[in-house]
Amino acid sequence: MSRITVVWALLVLATLASFTLRHGAAMGFRTATVTILVIALIKVRYVMLDFMELRFAPRALRMLSEGWIVLVGSILVSLFLRNAQ
Amino acid sequence: MIDVGQEPETYRQSQGALNQSFGLINTVLMLSSSWFVARALRAARSAQGAAASALFGCAALCGLCFGIVKFFEWRAAFAAGHTVNTSNFFMYYFVFTGIHFMHVLIGMGLLAAMAIYSRSAILGERQLRILEGGSCFWHVVDVLWIILFALFYLIRM
Repeated sequence: MSRITVVWALLVLATLASFTLRHGAAMGFRTATVTILVIALIKVRYVMLDFMELRFAPRALRMLSEGWIVLVGSILVSLFLRNAQ
Repeated sequence: MIDVGQEPETYRQSQGALNQSFGLINTVLMLSSSWFVARALRAARSAQGAAASALFGCAALCGLCFGIVKFFEWRAAFAAGHTVNTSNFFMYYFVFTGIHFMHVLIGMGLLAAMAIYSRSAILGERQLRILEGGSCFWHVVDVLWIILFALFYLIRM
């Protein structure tokens, strides 16, 4: 199986995992939500690395893109933690 | 998150009205369409015009299915009386998924064009760059949906 296909399979699995988590039964809603957000950003990362071929891009571009993912992820998680009651 | 975070009850209630299964199906459709696009690009690079064309076509088909699911999803929401004015959550939901869907439509047009364009096995550097550009557009549409899916359907306020 090619790398692209393996990545796709893992993305679908990650989606199913997040979907199961949303019931929040396994862990508190705060932990569940942060986990869901982190999984989403990891999914975005692999779409960028392997589907958008960021893996083979110039280092500067790759660092910028990964930096963006970390930035957006941090903002979303902190906004959630600040606003969730 | 800031706005609707002030009203967690509304968030939970409105979110509860969303069809989670439709959201899940749409996410898998988006991921699969990106998978097809990635494979199509690889085929185009190896001068496999027919394969590339078919794969871009499959991606466009996934986009079409996404649209069909979205249609049923929104129709159900309207039937239940939910509109842009129902709550802040629903305002954001319809606006963001609506704008996203407009980009899906644009992307489908691009994919159809790329399916036709990639048929010819003789693709030079310039042609490949064009295919890469169109592919990137579609992948970003996928990335946006991954985030929207998490924010609207999955997270718990």
